[in-house]
Amino acid sequence: MYRYDEFDHEFVESRVAQFRDQVARRVSGELSEDNFKPIRLQNGVYLQLHAYMLRVAVPYGTLNSQQMRMLAHIARKYDRDYGHFTTRQNIQFNWPKLEDIPDILADLASVEMHAIQTSGNCIRNVTADHFAGASADEIADPRPYAEILRQWSTVHPEFLFLPRKFKIAVIGAGVDRAAMQFHDIGLEVKRNAADELGFGVFIGGGLGRTPMVAKQVRDFVAEADLLSYCEAILRVYNLSGRRDNKYKARIKILVHETGIDELKQQIEAEFERIREGVLKLPDEDVRSIEAYFAAPAFEELPNESAKLEAAQAADPGFARWVGRNVSAHKAPGYAIVTVALKGTGEAPGDATSAQMDVLAGLGEAYSFDELRVSHEQNVILPHVRLDDLKAVYDALLAHGMASANAGLITDIIACPGLDYCALATARSIPVAQEISQRFSDLDRQNEIGELKLKISGCINACGHHHAGHIGILGVEKRGEELYQVTLGGSGDETAAIGEIIGRGFASDEITNAVETLVDTYLARRLSDDETFLEAYRRMGPAPFKEALYPPAPATEAA
Amino acid sequence: MGTLFVDLDQRDDPWISIEGEQPVPDGVDVIVSLDIFQSQREELLARNDGRIGVYLEPLEPVSAIAGDLDRLSVVALNFPSFADGTSFSKARQLRDAHGFEGEVRGVGDVRIDQIGHMQRCGFNAFVVENDATIAALSKGDNPALHLHYQPAADETKTGPGAKRWARRALD
Repeated sequence: MYRYDEFDHEFVESRVAQFRDQVARRVSGELSEDNFKPIRLQNGVYLQLHAYMLRVAVPYGTLNSQQMRMLAHIARKYDRDYGHFTTRQNIQFNWPKLEDIPDILADLASVEMHAIQTSGNCIRNVTADHFAGASADEIADPRPYAEILRQWSTVHPEFLFLPRKFKIAVIGAGVDRAAMQFHDIGLEVKRNAADELGFGVFIGGGLGRTPMVAKQVRDFVAEADLLSYCEAILRVYNLSGRRDNKYKARIKILVHETGIDELKQQIEAEFERIREGVLKLPDEDVRSIEAYFAAPAFEELPNESAKLEAAQAADPGFARWVGRNVSAHKAPGYAIVTVALKGTGEAPGDATSAQMDVLAGLGEAYSFDELRVSHEQNVILPHVRLDDLKAVYDALLAHGMASANAGLITDIIACPGLDYCALATARSIPVAQEISQRFSDLDRQNEIGELKLKISGCINACGHHHAGHIGILGVEKRGEELYQVTLGGSGDETAAIGEIIGRGFASDEITNAVETLVDTYLARRLSDDETFLEAYRRMGPAPFKEALYPPAPATEAA
Repeated sequence: MGTLFVDLDQRDDPWISIEGEQPVPDGVDVIVSLDIFQSQREELLARNDGRIGVYLEPLEPVSAIAGDLDRLSVVALNFPSFADGTSFSKARQLRDAHGFEGEVRGVGDVRIDQIGHMQRCGFNAFVVENDATIAALSKGDNPALHLHYQPAADETKTGPGAKRWARRALD
């Protein structure tokens, strides 16, 4: 993974010193909250319902064990002993004191981490496929490009006060595990007919109150032109994006109102002007960044493990976990482990400091010192020997992290909701907890199969409800929390926005409604292999609507 | 009325801003709105007793004055609020796309923590209204970082060998 050079160290340290001075000016009263706000936001500090919240960047979701241990340390020392992994591969601490934040940032800097641009109307943490560098289906590792974009976008002087926040995701496989088409810029690493590396470029995706799937603006941009093309997109957006209404300020609205063809012309014209300039990437510089992400020294192993097979035969719980939470690796004899931070009744994405320490230890012992955070709020051990899977499982089991539910109905994405967030209009976590409890029977979950359920506590859609096979949106209506259901959304390469199915449900009805939807699917699916999403796409909303809102019975005979 | 800083030094402002229906006086340096510039372009450019500058609101594009830039001495770009960053990109268009060498001044809600970013985008003058910013600039404080991860419109040294997009401020 990427390691800071002297430049990076000096940069982050001077940024911490700068913020320390700004916090001191705020605490002394020299800086008003109004003047401080844009500064703290660009350092990841939010003011939430009850306290400040610090969002720490995990660039493209990649961490080493030392970094994970530091996150545990911060949770223990400065917070209430836990952290919350987010849908943007970051981690949030919910209870830090403002005066402590410069020290937290200094601690982070000591392990090559920061909180720069994790909020504010700027280019946010660049995300990537959480299986990058490990999955069997990869064309190229997207992380070197994500790192180059991280550097270019960090304190880019021109793009710190955009019309609205700006999110970039990079994937390196045909399968999309990063919801790339729901980003302001989505990049798909690919090879052209001449076998050269480059990117398919998508713009204008996003969730929020006006969800849109991104539109392809370029089939292929050469590797060397990555920064020039992105800078052209950002410049056009910064000049023309709407600032009169923050709900119409994302680039998706500009794409929608201007039209992709006209906007593409503007982007291409700017790109042509700058493409041979200073942003053109020298091949050797790209290769030197790429070298940081070279595959670890995998042993030559057979594709099968007798040890694993024996353990599976002896322990059905382990076998089930392997079936759900272990994915194919590109190197024979290795596997990718998804650690689901979704135990029954837990808040999705939360991890205690003890759990983070365990994960760090497992990364160190069994995964070449590497961990990932997924946008589905899980932690990944990307490079585990098949022979070691049982040892990893046993350790996870001992610390409550062995839920065998990856991709199942209880592997829920949920935003913090009204329990923490100043924007929320309804609670998300209690709904996730209740659904998780209702479907806690693993046999039943496996019978249901792959089902992505996503919950947002307000229309800003941090819980990605539009992209859920079942999406739940909490709103406030006449003082009560009301939960609207959308069906048929998807965040993968077949990206789609869920459709609202009908009137919402009260908090004590929503779990029943989900159960009704699931039962309807089970009764009508063509086979065990037809997933919920496939069944929905085949049948449309009608049978689900009918089940949720049965027609009033005909007048009964006297 | 703000306080003018050119290259971070406080100066008396020799320029008079003309807005609305006000007639353009002779014999002085004037900064006019885009409306006035467009409606009185011939007369203004024919003046030989006073320099001309144009003031642009965020939504008034640089392209509206691009053909006349060699006759203009100042382009003033407004920040109606610090949060409206349109003018950052317009400064870069002026410097990079059009090679404008005159004064690019930031006016409006200009704050100390943004001055460094503005300089990097090509601004070299600021009309500051914010008291804390005037105080800081008067003391010579500028909290800008001296390391940058990307080239911009300013003059910098290239960064370390392995990432030529990085930059270091000139001493």
